[in-house]
Amino acid sequence: MRDGVVAHQFDDLEQQNEADRLGMWVFLITEVLFFGGMFTAYIEYRTIHPQAFSIASHHLDYWMGTINTALLLVSSMTMALAVHGAQRGKRWISALFLFCTIVLGLGFLGVKFWEYAKHINEGLVPGRGFKYMGPYAREVELFMSFYFLMTGMHALHMTIGVCVVTVMLLLTLAGKITRVYHSPIVIAGLYWHFVDIVWIFLYPCFYLIGGPK
Amino acid sequence: MISRRVVILNGIVLLILLAATAAFARVDLGVWNTPIAMAIAVAKAVLVILFFMEVKVSPKLIWLTAAMGFFWLAILALGVWTDVMTRVAIFPR
Repeated sequence: MRDGVVAHQFDDLEQQNEADRLGMWVFLITEVLFFGGMFTAYIEYRTIHPQAFSIASHHLDYWMGTINTALLLVSSMTMALAVHGAQRGKRWISALFLFCTIVLGLGFLGVKFWEYAKHINEGLVPGRGFKYMGPYAREVELFMSFYFLMTGMHALHMTIGVCVVTVMLLLTLAGKITRVYHSPIVIAGLYWHFVDIVWIFLYPCFYLIGGPK
Repeated sequence: MISRRVVILNGIVLLILLAATAAFARVDLGVWNTPIAMAIAVAKAVLVILFFMEVKVSPKLIWLTAAMGFFWLAILALGVWTDVMTRVAIFPR
C-alpha cells in the first residue's frame, strides 16, 4: 500500500477510485438483471391478466406504498449528502447524514413489515393461507406471489444496505474515511441508490396499476 | 463532484414527481394510468442515476457500463414480450 491508501497495482488514487466505481457498477449490472428477470415475468403476466392484477392491486395500501417511496427518496438524498460530506472531509456532517439514512431505511422496513403483517391477517399470503374468494382468485394469488417475491427480495437488499451503511457510519466515526480515502462510502452509496431505483419501479407496478378504486 | 445544492434540488424534484405519480393514480385516465406512472418512474430513476449516483460527472466508461445493464435487460424483456404476445393460446387471433 503506497501512502497507506493506494494499492500497489494502481498508479494513483484517481485510478483506484475509478476502478472501485467501475467494479461496483459491474456488480450493479448483475443486480439489474436479477431484478429485471422478475420485472419481466411480472409484466408478462400483467399483460395476460390486466383486470385481475388491477383488482389485486387494490388490496395493497396505497398510502403505505407512497410513504415508503418518500422515505426511500429522502434516504437517497441523505446518502448522497453523506457521500458529499465525506468527499469534502466533513466527517461529522457525513456521519450525521449516514445516521439519517439508517433511520429512514429502518423506517421503510418497519412500514413494510407492518404491511406484511396486515396481508397475513387478511389471508393474502399465497399457498394454504390464501383466503381471498373474490373474482379472479387464482390470478390475484399469482399477483400476491410476485408481490411477496419482489418486495421481499427488495427488503432483503434494504436490510443488507442498512448493515452496510451502519459499517460506513462506524468507519467514519473511527476516522477511517477521510477526504483522501472515501471510496467505501461512495460504493455503499451506489448500492443504496440502486436499491432505491428498484423500489421506484416496484411502487407503480404494485401499488398504482389498479388506478382509482 | 455533484454540488450539495444540486443534490438537495434533485431530492425535492424527486418528491414532486412522487406527488405527481401518486396524484395521477387517483384519477381515472383509462389506458393512460399505467404509461404515465411508468414514465414518471423512469424519470425518477434517471435523476437518481445522474445526480445521486454521480454518473453525470463520471468517466465515459461508467456511462457505458451503466447503460449496458439496461440494454441487456431490454433484450431480455423484448425477447420474452415477443414470445408471449405471439402465442395464439394466450391471445387468440
